[in-house]
Amino acid sequence: MKKLVVIGAGMATGRALEHLFDADPDAYEVTLFNAEPRGNYNRIMLSPVLSGEKTYEEIVTHGDDWYAQHGVTCRFGEKIAKVDLDRKVVVAENGDEVAFDKLLFGTGSNPFIIPLPGHDLKGVIAYRDLEDTYAMMDAAGTPGAKAVVIGGGLLGLEAAAGLRMRGMDVTVVHLMGHLMDRQLDEAAGYLLRKALTDRGIHIRCSTNSKEIRGEDGQVKALVLDDGSELPCDLLVMAVGIRPNVALAKDSGLAVGKAIHVDDQMVTSHPDVLAVGECVEHNGAIFGLVAPLYDQAKVVAKTLLGEDATFVQKEVSTKLKVTGCDLFSAGDFAEGEGREDIVFRDPARGVYKRLVIEGNTLVGAVMYGDTADGNWFFGLIKDRTDIAEMRETLIFGPAFQGGAHVDPMAAVAALPADAEICGCNGVCKGDIVAAIEAGATDLGAIRASTKASASCGTCTGLVEQVLSSTLGDDFVLPAAQSVCGCTDLSHEDVRVLIKTKELKSQPAVWQELGWKSRDGCHVCRPAINFYLLADWPLEYQDDPQSRFINERKHANIQKDGTYSVVPRMWGGMTTPDELRAIADAAEKYDVPTVHVTGGQRIDLLGVKGEDLPAIWADLNKAGLVSGHAYSKGLRTVKTCVGKEHCRFGTQDSTGLGIKLEKHLWGSWTPHKVKLAVSGCPRNCAEATCKDIGVVCVDSGYQIGVGGAAGMDVKETERLADVTSEEEVMEIASAFMQLYRENAKYLDRPYKWIKKVGLEWVKEQVIDDLDNRKALAERFEISQSIYRKDPWAEHAQERAETYQPIANLTLRAAE
Amino acid sequence: MTNWIDIGPLDGIAPRGARVVRTDWGCIAVFRTSDDEVFALEDSCPHKKGPLSEGIVHGKSVTCPLHNWVISLETGAAQGADQGQTGTIATRVEDGRILMDEAVLQARSAA
Repeated sequence: MKKLVVIGAGMATGRALEHLFDADPDAYEVTLFNAEPRGNYNRIMLSPVLSGEKTYEEIVTHGDDWYAQHGVTCRFGEKIAKVDLDRKVVVAENGDEVAFDKLLFGTGSNPFIIPLPGHDLKGVIAYRDLEDTYAMMDAAGTPGAKAVVIGGGLLGLEAAAGLRMRGMDVTVVHLMGHLMDRQLDEAAGYLLRKALTDRGIHIRCSTNSKEIRGEDGQVKALVLDDGSELPCDLLVMAVGIRPNVALAKDSGLAVGKAIHVDDQMVTSHPDVLAVGECVEHNGAIFGLVAPLYDQAKVVAKTLLGEDATFVQKEVSTKLKVTGCDLFSAGDFAEGEGREDIVFRDPARGVYKRLVIEGNTLVGAVMYGDTADGNWFFGLIKDRTDIAEMRETLIFGPAFQGGAHVDPMAAVAALPADAEICGCNGVCKGDIVAAIEAGATDLGAIRASTKASASCGTCTGLVEQVLSSTLGDDFVLPAAQSVCGCTDLSHEDVRVLIKTKELKSQPAVWQELGWKSRDGCHVCRPAINFYLLADWPLEYQDDPQSRFINERKHANIQKDGTYSVVPRMWGGMTTPDELRAIADAAEKYDVPTVHVTGGQRIDLLGVKGEDLPAIWADLNKAGLVSGHAYSKGLRTVKTCVGKEHCRFGTQDSTGLGIKLEKHLWGSWTPHKVKLAVSGCPRNCAEATCKDIGVVCVDSGYQIGVGGAAGMDVKETERLADVTSEEEVMEIASAFMQLYRENAKYLDRPYKWIKKVGLEWVKEQVIDDLDNRKALAERFEISQSIYRKDPWAEHAQERAETYQPIANLTLRAAE
Repeated sequence: MTNWIDIGPLDGIAPRGARVVRTDWGCIAVFRTSDDEVFALEDSCPHKKGPLSEGIVHGKSVTCPLHNWVISLETGAAQGADQGQTGTIATRVEDGRILMDEAVLQARSAA
């Protein structure tokens, strides 16, 4: 009998031996070495062992009996020290030599450990084998123990879910922007995150680790890039695997990323084969079980001298976390000429995306309802022509002309206690009750519940509740939708972001049933604003969803150059500032210098790549961004007031500076301009501003909703007050009310026309508690946004203003 | 014939963002979509030559910052009712690096 030595008792070699013995039990005498002190078990079932759904005994695939029955000499717990290919022997650690006719490498892979400071502390482990699993189960046995998992991929999330099921407090730290970024797109990643968060797992995406802190050699906390600490008693690294090729390399086999094999699974030596995670075939390496089993079949045939060829196939992924239903298959990420079909059902938390190339399906991502996953996977593998069924493809094999997506699904899905009308505290259930008691139109709902009877922002939602409750008996008035990506209006979207607590763009797209993959140039800036206005601490501003002026903090001109306007607080400046502006204008060849209507100086014609440098120069003189490009606070124009003017009644300049320093940096639905005039002669033109203050002997007159652009409109009086402090608080509260309620791109005067000045007065003047609350929320937002974007960009993002490559330099060489 | 040249790392461009490559034949806008696909177009809108590299990227389209024309990243053609087309340049991504086909450019300038 010929002699076969196998190195590694894993899933691939186990399957190869099964095929070998099935085909010819007497062909080889087998010696099996394994570094782990046990035989083959089903490694992909470690997660159910961790979560307690299975025991180790249940996942053993080859027991002692099986090895005995097939005459396998088992040398478990023994490593191979050396392979001598010339003499065709392997040398065990204890010096024993075992001769072979054929050798099979199945050395698998090693978990990758990030070399963070402290990675060798006790309690820092990978998630790879039974020992790791037992270590995790041990750690979870201590009541109140905390775990951190680095890595939000398949393995990391299974580890996190298992630890959570055992009662640990678990945080997942993931470098990329969404979970399982290699298998899922943003929308599916969002749904997964939501499901895991619901079961009490904390998730931190876009988060980088800095070091691991310990005490007496035991892990105590993970320190993040931003300096914050996550206390933990167990730290699991699940950031990927590396093929285990050291032995093969030392033996002289050809090794690249892993051990090179041909289509017959033969390495660079004709009598040596390799299988599993340690092989590289046509440039690819393998981590999922399906291709390993295909390889195992080929190995068995090759060993028996039969013809067989390993062919790489598409793979599919499923997460083994009970209750998180996701599926991904094929290639849904890269490539040109591809089209998407997206289906979302917010009510059921379902997301499906198919990627089509020509007339074939090449990729599929599904969340929530994966019943058709294998059918799609079959279409991908077989490259089936789907031209005929394209229209209905996404509904799966069972679809026979059913209903289309209901645009009102988002409202229909709201629970009875979801608040529809924030002004009057009316829930969906109250409205439904009123309808059941006989109300059939908006007027009746307003009369009986007060819903939408105050600011009116929720009118669209109330109508949708009417429609979904009454069915065909209620004809829905057509509201203007945000854009082609959705049937919902701006008002609907704003309310739903608040009631459903949507805190990211993928959350909005999914939960509100967006029809496009990632929005468009119309909805993205609006949604970005709504999210940062409603969730200033949780949501991170997305520059890619901003118009170029707000992304580059300068105004684009028709020739592609930019204008730069530094802030002059309250219209005041100094000789030093003027000198710095003049120097910058000369240094950067600024062709046009213009004095603006907002009492500052505009440098026009600055080249895009010069922006960070000119900002850095202006910063040195203490000048910061004037936000002349933003839907946000622009200027506070002032007159010189009683300091100089013989008619001045108050310190209008001082108040203007205070207001500007308080409000600057805030984002608003449209631009906001202020002015403070020192007397009713109104030299600062305060009565045509969004907020205008006119000083009088007895105090301050505050007007709002003025305009002097496409429309010209005088402000309406909001309040008369006696102190600067009141002006400041009312201005803050008004800004916040506008930020929280107005439609994107409505200036205050347009918004006030819709909600009524009386309602605004109730909110910011009459109700003192509410005024305070609004001003406090404004301040929370300002804790993030009251800063100079120029300084930040000049220091941290200057590189992005430059071309990624300059080929003209290369040509000149 | 193609002539692939390395123009920089994929990470050099934000998802749903763009950067410019300066060449002797004018600026090329290189776009990265949310799915890490990369496309390159001449950095000039067929309408009034607006810099497409500064537009908002959505799906496989970019919206010109000057007058909101929507241009297909795949074909360079204006979408919807607008008529016009911008030149495309072949790109591919290999090991996290963006490669661009320079031969097309040279041929275009020679023509």
